[in-house]
Amino acid sequence: MSEIVDARGLACPEPVLRVKNVMDKIGCGEIKVLVNTVTAKENVSRMAKNQKWSVDISEEGDDWLITLNR
Amino acid sequence: MNNKIFVVITGALIGVLAVLLAKLGNPPNMGVCIACFLRDISGALGLHQNNQVQYLRPEILGMVIGAFAAAVVTKDFRVWGGSSAFTRFILGFLVMIGLLVFLGCPLRMILRLSAGDLNALVGLLGLVAGIFVGTIFLRKGFTLGQAVIQNKSNGYIFPAVFLAFLALLLAAPAFIFFSQQGPGSMHAPLAISLGAGIVVGVLAQRTRLCLIGGIRDLILFRECYMIYGFLAIFIVALAGNLILGKFNLGFAGQPIAHSDGVWNFLGMMLGGFGSVLLGGCPLRQLITASEGNTDSAVTVAGYLTGAAFAHNFGLAGSAKGVPVAGHNAVIIGLIVVACIALLNTYYNVKARTSSR
Repeated sequence: MSEIVDARGLACPEPVLRVKNVMDKIGCGEIKVLVNTVTAKENVSRMAKNQKWSVDISEEGDDWLITLNR
Repeated sequence: MNNKIFVVITGALIGVLAVLLAKLGNPPNMGVCIACFLRDISGALGLHQNNQVQYLRPEILGMVIGAFAAAVVTKDFRVWGGSSAFTRFILGFLVMIGLLVFLGCPLRMILRLSAGDLNALVGLLGLVAGIFVGTIFLRKGFTLGQAVIQNKSNGYIFPAVFLAFLALLLAAPAFIFFSQQGPGSMHAPLAISLGAGIVVGVLAQRTRLCLIGGIRDLILFRECYMIYGFLAIFIVALAGNLILGKFNLGFAGQPIAHSDGVWNFLGMMLGGFGSVLLGGCPLRQLITASEGNTDSAVTVAGYLTGAAFAHNFGLAGSAKGVPVAGHNAVIIGLIVVACIALLNTYYNVKARTSSR
């Protein structure tokens, strides 16, 4: 079971903050993050890599689905 | 790692351009200042009548054009908005009043520091304090709500307005005001200012450089990415000022600045607090408005209106200090921003639980 974070349409730094909160809660596992701005995509990916989570990005129509694993 | 190098190069280039623009005629320690230049644009359009600060600053117009072009070419141009637009307008309005009490946006604050103006150090402390208070609300769940994708035509209006301003600058009709004295009369040659603005706009769009975001992310995530850009601007501008003999360490007699520490601190605190709630510094808002974020466009409209009020009602600081009306405006501004923060942190939580 993966956690899902819908961070579409949120201003900085809310997407990163929401993902970080889930990371802190579950410790390890899978998190799926939906974003729709390049900035959110980059910021979430950078933070995840810094926290040693693996990052996989795929396009979902107008959005991006970022899959994080640890 | 490459991104870090790019943000450092961007910061360094902004530092060089800022020192050069001041050398070529822009006001001292004001090579680039988003707050001051939007205030000048507001004056040039006749929204305020302070004849010392009226000029359609080509740097700002260039930044919008550069960021828009970069966003279109790289397919970053996405039109979205609708996240508490009027709240953002008010926040933009109040941020501008805070910045004009201090006399500069976070970018000019760094440039003032790099020229030895220690009043900017007091401003930096205020800015950090404001950002810190804002991050407390962010941690507790502050949000202005989700923006939605909008019709693409919405995103073209902001760059089109600034292109129209460029046409007005070139045509210089009688109804556009151009200062004959004071900071508004001091400017580098138009083509150089415009070119520098375009370069800054492209680079800031690509790196997402945000001076509020730099300090905010350091507090929230111990993330240093943006701080490198911040430091690069400072170090390069410092070197430039030392080479050109423009470095003058101290509090007194600094150009277009005052030494009223309390109001330098509180003005910047208002700027920092409001900007964190908005999601970025004035530079970043200008860039995101150019890449299709209509909420940022509304924020910039708030800045322009705030600047007009700051001068129509005598709220802005000057070399003489900060008028009493400016003190009152900053206090009211801090209270209003705190109310917005509280309402959008705790009221939201309630609304969400009751809908479940």
